[in-house]
Amino acid sequence: MKESLLQVRGLKKYFPVRGGVFLRRIGNVQAVEDVSFSVERGKTLGLVGESGCGKSTVGQTILKLHNPTAGEIFYEGRDIAAMNRAELKAFRRDVQIIFQDPFESLNARHTVSRILEEPFVIHEMGTAAERRSWAGDLLNRVGLQADALDRFPHEFSGGQRQRIGIARAIALQPKLVVCDEAVSALDVSIQSQVINLLMDLQREMNLALIFIAHDLAVVKHVSDDIAVMYLGKIVEQADAQEIYAFPRHPYTKALLSAIPIPDPSRRGERIILSGDVPSPIDPPNGCRFHTRCPHAADQCRTVEPTEELVNEGHRVACHFWNELADHNAVG
Amino acid sequence: MAALLEVRGLRAGFDTDAGYIEVLDGVSFELASGETLGLVGESGCGKSVSALSIMNLLPRPAGKITAGSIGFQNRDLVTLPKEELHDVRGNRISMIFQEPMTALNPVHRVGNQIIEAVKLHEPDLTTAIARRRALEMLERVGIPAPDQRLNEYPHQLSGGMRQRVMIAMALTMQPDLLIADEPTTALDVTIQAQILDLLREMQRESGMAILFITHDLGVIAELCDRVTVMYAGCVVEQASVTQLFSTPRHPYTQGLLRSIPRLDATPKQPLTTIPGTVPALIDMPKGCRFRNRCLNAEDDCELRSPDLIHAAGRQIACHHPVAEVLT
Repeated sequence: MKESLLQVRGLKKYFPVRGGVFLRRIGNVQAVEDVSFSVERGKTLGLVGESGCGKSTVGQTILKLHNPTAGEIFYEGRDIAAMNRAELKAFRRDVQIIFQDPFESLNARHTVSRILEEPFVIHEMGTAAERRSWAGDLLNRVGLQADALDRFPHEFSGGQRQRIGIARAIALQPKLVVCDEAVSALDVSIQSQVINLLMDLQREMNLALIFIAHDLAVVKHVSDDIAVMYLGKIVEQADAQEIYAFPRHPYTKALLSAIPIPDPSRRGERIILSGDVPSPIDPPNGCRFHTRCPHAADQCRTVEPTEELVNEGHRVACHFWNELADHNAVG
Repeated sequence: MAALLEVRGLRAGFDTDAGYIEVLDGVSFELASGETLGLVGESGCGKSVSALSIMNLLPRPAGKITAGSIGFQNRDLVTLPKEELHDVRGNRISMIFQEPMTALNPVHRVGNQIIEAVKLHEPDLTTAIARRRALEMLERVGIPAPDQRLNEYPHQLSGGMRQRVMIAMALTMQPDLLIADEPTTALDVTIQAQILDLLREMQRESGMAILFITHDLGVIAELCDRVTVMYAGCVVEQASVTQLFSTPRHPYTQGLLRSIPRLDATPKQPLTTIPGTVPALIDMPKGCRFRNRCLNAEDDCELRSPDLIHAAGRQIACHHPVAEVLT
């Protein structure tokens, strides 16, 4: 088997909850709990789940913006925790991120040219004139005019700003880009433009993408593989087509059926989950989904399910996925 | 069809440092009793300003209505004196907002806020009765342990629960019209499904009309009977939900529908897009406001802006509408 570009094994990330007079650690937010997946070169992994499920924390930990509490992340076969300075610098050139909010992720006091030249400056590439011309090329690449170089972020619309964010992310010819809700803040007509741009760039540069989003229709459109997260855990992962056609986990089924379909003739019965997502500070015992699961049994309340193989590439963490296989019809 | 709400030629805008900026350029739509009308459009198209105008809640003194009428139960809300408006707001028209955290007062208990709303409209009620009313409403909107929730503060509730509280508060007065301004946009999809289900159920029980404002065409298809599509301060198309989704006639509506990624589409294919961006309010093109992004645009689109005309059971504002073929 060929080596994956990125491999995550047993990743955990806890954030301390502090309280009391001396701000002692009184608990943990178990943001990510034992997550494993891999990303192949040039492919897109979609990471979906509702607010607080830990999808953004996974993305940030991969970039080493957080240190994992436990678990390992291998990039091109090397453990990123064990990298020396030079290796780390190369890693940071290869792995980039695009954030949700194009208003906050660009420095409002810097011109576009300074924003786009900064990656080259940090990595000591080119002369000032070369860097400027590269920045102009980047703008053209993402569909903006080079005359935008001397303007400031506030002079652009949301969609254009996100294009600048994308230009910055691809400046150093990365191999992996984490898109953390990169199109969620955009209007539909602009969103489709940016999605097309990302897919074009992926094809041209053989980019791998980790596409983090809560909009499942968008994720399905761009992804090769999809991992569904709930309360810090991956409950199901599979090929994008497979997971939408044959979801196995009750949460995946409910999530898919809850998506409003833009077709009034398909107003159908929805699986409506009761209740809210429990707090990740004190997640339920056993299966974390059991408090909202329509099929929960005693076993689910005490025993945590492990990932089982449905077929090659399709894994699900549910005690009863096999018994529930008949319930596949999704609205 | 006797309209419950009839908005006609509404113009509204804001005074800014750069002068007066018009946001609504003659908006018209109507809503029958018990009907759900979806008002859809992208950021800045004027859907929220339309809603705020109906409630007479435009921020003062900057915001103002400059022309048009808002007929509601034989009264014109634009010219209605303050006292009568007070009776309409809350008693007959209620509103829920996108972000329930900012709509609820963070320093008052949830219960007291509902009780306050009840007593404001029925001053004769004792606090005990108002409290019982609040309790009943919380129960009806599906809040578990409502007794305990009454004594909690908004921050102790989840986003979905807060929106349920807002709905409870909006419905205590049994309004004839509920204006819902992006009520599920900030919520997760499974919670959104709960809230949409709740709104449907409440409507079935009470027969109220809903004006549902959203940018999400999926939610529109799910919930609404008719749809009004807005672009840059104008209504561009108005039709029944089935008509609109099966045969959109305005090039903008069609572009919008085509640019949503769909679950049943072939993945990784380029999405259809609408080129360009929405023009800035201070720099609106002459004639049709969509013409600089429109594939059907011709010379006459620049000369005069299209009127909203009735055509085959729908209304459409376009000189060169899309032919009526299934998309």
